[in-house]
Amino acid sequence: MAETTLPAAIAATKPRSYWSRVVARFLKHRLAVIGLCFLTVMGLIVIIGPIVSPYDYDYQDFELIGMPSEFSQSHWLGTDELGRDALTRLIHGGRVSLAVGLAGAVIATLLGTLIGALSGFYRGWVDAVLMRFTDVVMSIPTLPLVLLLSGLFRPSPPLLVAIVGILIWMGTARLVRSQFLALREREFVEAARALGAGGARLMFRHILPNAIGPITVAATLAVGSAIMLESALSFLGFGIQPPVPTWGNLLNSASAWLAVAPWLAIPPGLCILCTVLAVNFVGDGLRDAMEPRE
Amino acid sequence: MSLGYIVRRLLGAIPLLLGISVILFTIIQLAPGGPLDMYAENPSVSPEALAQIAARYGLDQPPPIQYFMWLSAMLTGDWGYSIRTGRPVLGEIVMRLGPTLQLGGLAMLISLLIAVPLGIVSAARRGSRLDSAVTVISFAGISTPVFWLALLLQLLFSVQLGWLPSAGYQSIGDGSFLDRLRYIAMPAAVLSFATIASWSRFIRSGMVDVLNQDYIRTAYAKGRSERGVVAFHALRNAMIPAVTIIAVDFVTIISGAVITETVFAWPGIGRLFMESMNGRDYPMLMGLMMMGSVGIILANIIADLAYASLDPRIRYG
Repeated sequence: MAETTLPAAIAATKPRSYWSRVVARFLKHRLAVIGLCFLTVMGLIVIIGPIVSPYDYDYQDFELIGMPSEFSQSHWLGTDELGRDALTRLIHGGRVSLAVGLAGAVIATLLGTLIGALSGFYRGWVDAVLMRFTDVVMSIPTLPLVLLLSGLFRPSPPLLVAIVGILIWMGTARLVRSQFLALREREFVEAARALGAGGARLMFRHILPNAIGPITVAATLAVGSAIMLESALSFLGFGIQPPVPTWGNLLNSASAWLAVAPWLAIPPGLCILCTVLAVNFVGDGLRDAMEPRE
Repeated sequence: MSLGYIVRRLLGAIPLLLGISVILFTIIQLAPGGPLDMYAENPSVSPEALAQIAARYGLDQPPPIQYFMWLSAMLTGDWGYSIRTGRPVLGEIVMRLGPTLQLGGLAMLISLLIAVPLGIVSAARRGSRLDSAVTVISFAGISTPVFWLALLLQLLFSVQLGWLPSAGYQSIGDGSFLDRLRYIAMPAAVLSFATIASWSRFIRSGMVDVLNQDYIRTAYAKGRSERGVVAFHALRNAMIPAVTIIAVDFVTIISGAVITETVFAWPGIGRLFMESMNGRDYPMLMGLMMMGSVGIILANIIADLAYASLDPRIRYG
């Protein structure tokens, strides 16, 4: 027993920061690394793609209007029924879908962290009110509620992002609350309080950095949910409206031509699947890296 | 578990439902366009007549009064009339509930039959090739967009192979079991796909926890075969945490039903919701949203009760 622990003990004396250990553990998670590489490539494609593409996302080739056309030299993934280049629209749609996913997740994480932090730190009636509110929002079926809001108010894209973010914060709030409930009793918080730190400083300067692991994991998974929610919404015709493409509304228009032009329906779905899968793998890798369980 | 606990849980659901109804009522109030819009544009309806109609339905009252009028009507079972069809909302919802329950029930059955063995085998052979395959597949399952899967199945089984009808409930003039099975097969498969993925992971982790416990070692020490230990000693306890997913996935199934029923033209409440969205049928939307929320709250309560009655260590006061 002693022989095996000794080298480990020596290794541990080498100064290695928390973050370098996190990175080392993350790199051991093969699927997470693959996922991260995939997301990086996808990110580069949607940023650079529209710049190098010879077409605009709403450019119509008048020779090809009327019917979707198949792959060709000039249109690698064919064109849709309005003669627009499918690859250009796919890449541009990815730009919109990824942006909505990221922004929605940021809103959800900020909101969830704020509500969870207040709830767990102040406890008492603040906690009771905020948690009952969380329960209420959690008890309304999410997709129908988003559909209702976007169908009745026809929001602009930024407002749509806000709606998506406002409906997926609840998990994060509960998580942050439980972290705060546990951390607020620790000695370092008491020490900071004894030194005269106020509520906001205690919460965001002392407690929050210690809860950053679970919050990062939740934020990553929220990107996946936000992309999924937006594409479902756009697929049903209540999200981002054409001619602006997103992966969801590309599938919506492709579904009408499924029997004639199945090649239009495959790529957008595949993009959603691979992106969300990659996000989930990265989330899983971060969980293993930032919250090691022995 | 006592009757008192059940009663307390049900009473606890009341403020929750009140909160939900306030939120939904506010959303509908703020939405542009109201129930009188279709009269307002009609030149043969005078402003006086319009005011009379508004007064009759209490639409001239301030929103809080309207809310209480709506709430008391709702509690007595008067959920209003659909703007699209003119029929009572509650009756229409109950009528469309049948096909959704058939679809959801079948999807849950399929999920259980596939997810439970998958989870067990993957936990018993932890770290094996099969286990990693199951893990990757379940990740893929929760990452697959339901509507895309639906389109792919339609493409394969209806367009390419021509084996199954692409959408609908049953053939006209044919309502035989086999005919209806052909129609329900694809929507049920799509709806169960995501739940298979999350359930098998849940059952796997429950099983892994149980297999590490002392009483399992004791069972092995007694000389029981691995099959016996897993099937007899471990499974029963491993299934306990899995009941909580019923509540969680009830939401998934409701949301999934909206998409699945729309793609496959299945005449359930999910499709009714989309029809009502397109027709801006406010009373119907309100009724459906309330119904869905009640469903989620009940599913949560039932899951907690089942959890307590299956695990004697848990006592709710």
